[in-house]
Amino acid sequence: MNVPPHRDYAGAKLGMWIFLFTELLLFGGLFLLYAVNLARYPQEFTAAGGEMHLVLGTLNTAILITGSFFAAMAVTAIQRDERRRTVWLLGGAVLSAAVFLFNKYLEWSAEIGHGIYPDSPRLVAGPPGESVFFSLYYLTVGLHGLHVLIGGTFLTVVAVRVRRGSIHAGNYVLLENGALYWHLVDLVWIFIFPLYYLIL
Amino acid sequence: MTEGNREHAPHIISYGKLASVWLALLFLTWLTVWVARHNVGIGHVWGSLSIAVVKAGLVIAFFMHMKYEGRLLRWLLFFALSVLAIFIGLTFFDVLYR
Amino acid sequence: MKTSDQPTTNASGFWNDTGKTGITAWIFSTDHKRIGFLYFYSVFTFFLIAVVLGVLLRIELMAPGRTIMGPQTYNAVFTVHGVLMIFLFIIPGFPGAFGNLVMPLQIGARDVAFPRLNLFSWWLYMAGAGIIIASLFTGGGPPDTGWTFYVPFAERTTTNVSLAVFGVFTVGFSSILTGLNFVTTIHRLRAEGMTWGRLPLFVWSIYATAWIQVLATPILGITLALIIAERFLGTGLFDPARGGDPLMYQHLFWIYSHPAVYIMILPGMGIISEIIPVFARKPIFGYKMIAFSSLAIAGAGSLVWGHHMFTSGMSDTAILVFSFLTFVVAIPSAIKVFNWVSTLYRGSISLEVPMLFSLSFIFLFSIGGLSGLILGAAATDIHVHDTMFVVGHFHYVIFGGAVFALFGAMHYWLPKFYGRRYAEKPAVVAWALMFVGFNITYFTMMVLGMEGMPRRYYDYLPEFARLNLISTIGSWILVGGLALMLANLFRGLFRGEPIGKNPWGAATLEWTIPTPPPTENFEEEPVVTHGPYDFRGAGIP
Repeated sequence: MNVPPHRDYAGAKLGMWIFLFTELLLFGGLFLLYAVNLARYPQEFTAAGGEMHLVLGTLNTAILITGSFFAAMAVTAIQRDERRRTVWLLGGAVLSAAVFLFNKYLEWSAEIGHGIYPDSPRLVAGPPGESVFFSLYYLTVGLHGLHVLIGGTFLTVVAVRVRRGSIHAGNYVLLENGALYWHLVDLVWIFIFPLYYLIL
Repeated sequence: MTEGNREHAPHIISYGKLASVWLALLFLTWLTVWVARHNVGIGHVWGSLSIAVVKAGLVIAFFMHMKYEGRLLRWLLFFALSVLAIFIGLTFFDVLYR
Repeated sequence: MKTSDQPTTNASGFWNDTGKTGITAWIFSTDHKRIGFLYFYSVFTFFLIAVVLGVLLRIELMAPGRTIMGPQTYNAVFTVHGVLMIFLFIIPGFPGAFGNLVMPLQIGARDVAFPRLNLFSWWLYMAGAGIIIASLFTGGGPPDTGWTFYVPFAERTTTNVSLAVFGVFTVGFSSILTGLNFVTTIHRLRAEGMTWGRLPLFVWSIYATAWIQVLATPILGITLALIIAERFLGTGLFDPARGGDPLMYQHLFWIYSHPAVYIMILPGMGIISEIIPVFARKPIFGYKMIAFSSLAIAGAGSLVWGHHMFTSGMSDTAILVFSFLTFVVAIPSAIKVFNWVSTLYRGSISLEVPMLFSLSFIFLFSIGGLSGLILGAAATDIHVHDTMFVVGHFHYVIFGGAVFALFGAMHYWLPKFYGRRYAEKPAVVAWALMFVGFNITYFTMMVLGMEGMPRRYYDYLPEFARLNLISTIGSWILVGGLALMLANLFRGLFRGEPIGKNPWGAATLEWTIPTPPPTENFEEEPVVTHGPYDFRGAGIP
């Protein structure tokens, strides 16, 4: 590794977007399963959807949108070389990730408490469509939550580097890519929300 | 090399514009919940998804800067989404006609 | 062949021009050439292990009843043979080895777009391989489901499916990152004058392959994750008793695994497109159509996965649609074959070993492809689905096709990297042995399949015994040729006659730099002024 790394801003961004496409396809498999099963069990999906925590879900949607807002502002901030503001904004985005995950914890605790979890006696005994709905729910939202965690970590690393000065107005592609990843996490939730919470 | 290593003269989106997008997204979220609560049943899935597509479009265009990117990136995104749509679509040839 | 007073290793170029030798300089290197060799030797190791498993399978099948192993072992052996060949050899191997070694040189680049990511891809591959190997010796033992891990058996078998599947997932992630790297590299790092219309066809094939890696592999990822979820969490998504649908597993699995076979064949086709013009001393016929057909195969090939499911209980409408689309994907493949043959016409053909492998590729791939039409037509597929006919088909296209192309590439390109060449005559003999042995081994399988012998069965009816014996004997001839080929090739690379910059008289950029290539590839970034098969433009007689 004795060659100075070549800098290619457009290339780095292209690479990140391609990575986002792979994430889209990854979640896409779960959305495919959802679509197929919605077609097979329309009534049961509606019934199961009615049991979801609409308030928490809506709140979480707003939280992720706000986190995305902060991340987008952070890109503007670094472009304008406003480093302190950048760190605060990134911190805000990371905070939104933490709150989201905490809400998820509350939500899942409640649901598990009510006997709603994969392979639970209640779901095994209940209508099959309901079991499918909740299995997909846990898998999709769980995978999404993992990505929230990864995104939050990524943004934390970026924030540290902004503070240290290795990310700055002359070289901020890592921040931009981190923000892109965060927006993907937001995007996936924008589709999870209506499909799981608004099937009423 | 097709483009140089210039860091950019990329477009900087103002805080104000970003805030407008944020408010629009919150509004659309409220709207989609309102629509769902007033249209019980499966028929409005397409309505909810349409609003979701608009929200996604705003996030991609403004938060992710796609509106200010080149043709290549935009075309590639369209291509990736089409591939996913085709996967789902072709699967439905099986599921719908069993 | 020279005597042993020749140096046994090459001491020039990227092998040691940075002064960095020793194992850590290799496994932590971000040089695409070193990474290419890391991939090459690791995938080839798994190839050889899988060959041994294949030989054992054929020994078991050489007579009815038990020959050397019991039924559970047999199931595990064919599963592991498939998993190793597909996930640890062919899919990672082509892009990882020759993609890494050759593609950056062919576009005039210093390295790939993300060299550290490239190294990380190899590490992920090794981690995945390690996990897969671990799954063979821990827990319930090696998986016995076939490499396709179909539900419900994959959910219920007590063998080590979850660990094996997790290993495959890891290798898949490696594949995704490599694809991402290569797409970005080809878009961003082409040298001045290296327009899309002057790209070598091998690069076009790597490009198309990289897109499949990027878009299809995530579906495999989620499918494998679902297997683990089904086993550990009881999600029941593929279990009819729980409202699930086992066919959805097949859809998801094949949405990746069919395009995956194009990951396996496209680079091979790219290699053939490189070798034939050079050994026919003629520019390739129909460059644009071949480039386009690589993209078309990748695209159309992503629409046909249901042809693996004609007998599964899928709807008739889907059967019709997928069968029709399968015929469509044959068209771009045929375009390539016609263009290669047209290149040969009135060319000045030199039957050296890379050319022999290329010519036999065309023959073997065509047979495999035509047998694919029998499988792609739903009505005839009903008869041959899950029989040895399928096994014959895919060995013709993957082994006779892709792997023969790989052998051609090894003889064509490895001398450039080692600075020495193999002896010609033993290589020709080895090729001939493999060609004959291959056809005996696998053509008999197609006949057996037509006669009704199922695949993945431990035993068979006595009327199939004779052809099975013949097939097994063929496998010994094949493997004998393989051993001779490897011994001769590697002896040559380490001790053979030294070669210069451009022993074959090719016109692509990798032949313009010293042999072996220096670490920085090009002293200054090349300026390209002619096409990749324009021998006159390149100043080559």
